Amino acid sequence: MPNDAKSSGLAPDKKLKWVGTRPLRPDGVDKVTGRAKFGADLYLPGMLIGRVLRSPHPHARIISIDTAKAEALPGVKAVVTRDDFHDMESEFVPAGEMLVNYRDIVRNVMAREKVLYDGHAVAAVAATSNAVAKRALKLIEVDYEPLPHVIDVLEAMEPDAPLLHEDMITAGVEPAPDKPSNVAKVVEFVLGDVDAGFAQAEVIVERTFQTKPVHQAYIEPHACVASVSEDGQAELWCTTQGHYVVRGHCARLLGMDISKLRVTASEIGGGFGGKTVVYLEPVALALSAKACRPVKMVMSRDEVFRASGPTSGAHMRIKVGATKDGRITAAEADLKYQAGAFQGSPVQPGAMCAFAPYDLENVKVVGYDVVTNRPKVAAYRAPGAPISEYAVECVIDELARKLGLDPIEFRLANAAKEGTRAAYGPKFGPIGLVETLQQAKAHPHYTAPLGRDQGRGVASGFWFNIGGETCASLNINEDGTATLMAGTPDIGGSRASLCMMAAEELGIELDLIRPIIADTSTLGYTFLTGGSRVTFAGGIATIDAAQDAIRQLCERAAKVWEIPSDAVEWEDGYAKPAGANAGDFEPMSLAEIAKIAGKTGGPIVGHAQINAQGAGPSLGTHIVDVEVDRETGRVTVVRYTVLQDAGKAVHPAYVEGQYQGGAVQGIGWALNEEYVYGADGRLENPGFLDYRIPVASDVPMIDTVIVEVPNPRHPYGVRGVGETPIVPPMAAITNALADALGIRFTELPMSPPKVLAAIGEAAAAE
Amino acid sequence: MAKVHVETTINGDAVEFLCEADETLLDVLRDELGLTGSKEGCGSGDCGACSVMLDGRLVCACLVLGAELGGRAVETIENMADGEVLHPLQRQFLEHAALQCGVCTPGILVAAKALLDKHPEPSETEVRYWLAGNLCRCTGYDKIVRAVMDAATEMRGS
Amino acid sequence: MARVVLSGNLKKYTGGETEVELEAGNVRQLFRALGERYPDLKPHLEAGLAVAIDGQIYQDAWLEPIPPDAEVHLLPQIAGG
Repeated sequence: MPNDAKSSGLAPDKKLKWVGTRPLRPDGVDKVTGRAKFGADLYLPGMLIGRVLRSPHPHARIISIDTAKAEALPGVKAVVTRDDFHDMESEFVPAGEMLVNYRDIVRNVMAREKVLYDGHAVAAVAATSNAVAKRALKLIEVDYEPLPHVIDVLEAMEPDAPLLHEDMITAGVEPAPDKPSNVAKVVEFVLGDVDAGFAQAEVIVERTFQTKPVHQAYIEPHACVASVSEDGQAELWCTTQGHYVVRGHCARLLGMDISKLRVTASEIGGGFGGKTVVYLEPVALALSAKACRPVKMVMSRDEVFRASGPTSGAHMRIKVGATKDGRITAAEADLKYQAGAFQGSPVQPGAMCAFAPYDLENVKVVGYDVVTNRPKVAAYRAPGAPISEYAVECVIDELARKLGLDPIEFRLANAAKEGTRAAYGPKFGPIGLVETLQQAKAHPHYTAPLGRDQGRGVASGFWFNIGGETCASLNINEDGTATLMAGTPDIGGSRASLCMMAAEELGIELDLIRPIIADTSTLGYTFLTGGSRVTFAGGIATIDAAQDAIRQLCERAAKVWEIPSDAVEWEDGYAKPAGANAGDFEPMSLAEIAKIAGKTGGPIVGHAQINAQGAGPSLGTHIVDVEVDRETGRVTVVRYTVLQDAGKAVHPAYVEGQYQGGAVQGIGWALNEEYVYGADGRLENPGFLDYRIPVASDVPMIDTVIVEVPNPRHPYGVRGVGETPIVPPMAAITNALADALGIRFTELPMSPPKVLAAIGEAAAAE
Repeated sequence: MAKVHVETTINGDAVEFLCEADETLLDVLRDELGLTGSKEGCGSGDCGACSVMLDGRLVCACLVLGAELGGRAVETIENMADGEVLHPLQRQFLEHAALQCGVCTPGILVAAKALLDKHPEPSETEVRYWLAGNLCRCTGYDKIVRAVMDAATEMRGS
Repeated sequence: MARVVLSGNLKKYTGGETEVELEAGNVRQLFRALGERYPDLKPHLEAGLAVAIDGQIYQDAWLEPIPPDAEVHLLPQIAGG
């Protein structure tokens, strides 16, 4: 029978036919011909263009909004402001670690009492053309009372800092403060006794670090098309990582029954966490409801940077102590993350991950969630972890060098393994950190000779990964082919992996299974694509759906053969009598059974609806070589190797792709990306020219090593891999620069002017 | 202000359209002509997602005005395959898994073809610098560069 | 009896206690028992919590059984990007 250890992909004698191979992705041809439809690629008859009026002030009270002239402009069919959205009760809904509050969401979507960042939405219009819409925006008169603003996290924590929310009382502090502040929350994780641990330490390193907000910088801006009928039923097409999440948020904000809103996920041009929230969608729906015509809204690149969430910038203090023979005795971290205009920075997972790669007895991490007059942060690939682990991995490296120990050996001596108590509490199941460290040490990269002005750095990283609610439906078609309905938008090639797992279970040719990403009315609730969960949770749901189909296929064969259904087994795409006693029947193929499905009871559809648990963490180690140009301060990455545990790589090319993509985002974060604000609180670089992400000539080939320590909770041993790759690069590069220059940077990004200045200072000091 | 009437050639076909004076070639391709393969990533010529060929020259369609097209010839991603036969670059991209989300892919393919049509034997460095105007956030460029190099080899018949 | 360990922030709602032994057959029963023992903790059990049972993390899994003598940790819920 299906679903036991013998048939599981983890069984040692199980030969896998599809899982682990590199077939072409089923949606590939559409993507290389320009046929695939992304968020802005839908055009509907009668469609209007929507545009948003945005605040020019980083902080101001809205005294009044007058839209009369805009409404009177010919071609304008609808105008919305805060008056078109109901205020929401303050209610925390878990969107994972970033608890969302609808009172905050409705205000981020459309400002109410105040504008809280340069770019905050204040009003929106829908008109017959883009040109008319832009003219209409100019006719909206907003009376602002500018207020002092604060954009630095430490300044925002000062007692006399401008207050963003007059009722913000810091949570997590006993007793609760009697005055409001910009500190939304304090979190704490403690293990053992750090004071005692530091007393035992023979060498201690303590450093403070600063990082800047960086944007996910997906190439496709936010885009949607909303179409609301006169009876209140609505269709929404949008680029998103989670169309069911969008449905839930929009239904809530607009006071609709969920069943009346059908959301279709377009192909998505990058997300990385930034497309797990709503910005334009509720506004487009509100405009369409007023105009009773479809409304398309697309953000410009300027709007994407100014008004969609980057991740936090942070100020951190890290202190780690160890004995002379290399055993860490205590670790402490103070993390201050900025949340942007509304609370909800990822400081909590950042705090949990900070020391996660290590086996420690004494740990104390305190985190602060601080609001500032910047766009509200959104998730960015392992939210919170790249920031805290960057700082920790730098200190670990410095400590190793002070102890005269090889940085990999030092990590090995303190590495978390199966059974280690995580710094945030529970014990780990099987994890692959040690394997990545050992393979890193043995890798030719680690001992390759270095040239002049070159240096080498190493860093490790951790991310939890999640499971979550997932549905899958496998329709067995009359001709023996199958359609797999998945509910997770495909950001990176996951629909290929899902089909491969279905083909593996069914035992039929991969090409016979075609996937679609179902819309919210077609398939049961499925949580968003994120948290590195699709191959894991989507995989389990797909496998369960396939096994459900197999059960039905066997039952049909049993009916035809007139034997009990438990006397039939499934092997390599065929129903067979289970053993000689069951009878001497020719095996029936899936196609043969599908052909007579109608006559034997009806259509055959396998389905699964689960809340997948048991996601396994993915850990990795990166090695990077850099070269510094001492005249310009430019740092070039000359060699990069990612070693990371995937549990089981279903489609190795897409696993490699995650390793490479995450590493290059980390390179950008380390060397150049940052939000630059003027003293006036306005974003000065809201474009790709000055918000400089890595281009093809900035990076070398990214070598990858896929380590496989199976996750026992997945039939094939899969671990999510998408997020961990962005965690190690910033520290690895900082450590490489320390090796090349003898200078320890403690601020990101290490862009050429900063590196040049540091080289100059070091030379002057000599 | 009255719209501009333009007669031009797109992917070998004679085309005529009306556009506003300030509409870009990208706007025209997508909004007037239904050719949505070219994408808008930035609107300011920094990301290359709208790369097209204009009179045999690689350009960002967002930096060209629709009104300028009279008597000229445009080639877009939609013209890259020959009927149902994919161009070697398109095929190599699929073989190498050189795309993840795929939104930058049309622009990169057009740019890569422009390179190989002019320089059939580029080095890895030349490929990287030629493609420096095409941003990709998903892949880290590794598999893209490998795909282009292998397509070059294939096209040379080696 | 399950041994329940509460992560850092939650001890503010339990008068400083971070470890407690409770009878609970599954996660939902555990939350009910904790809410009865520590009324200030109750609202925080509704949203945003994950539970680790003998090291395995569970999110939104009310019916997950808790074996006798299990070590249970309450953690903030995790998502991703």
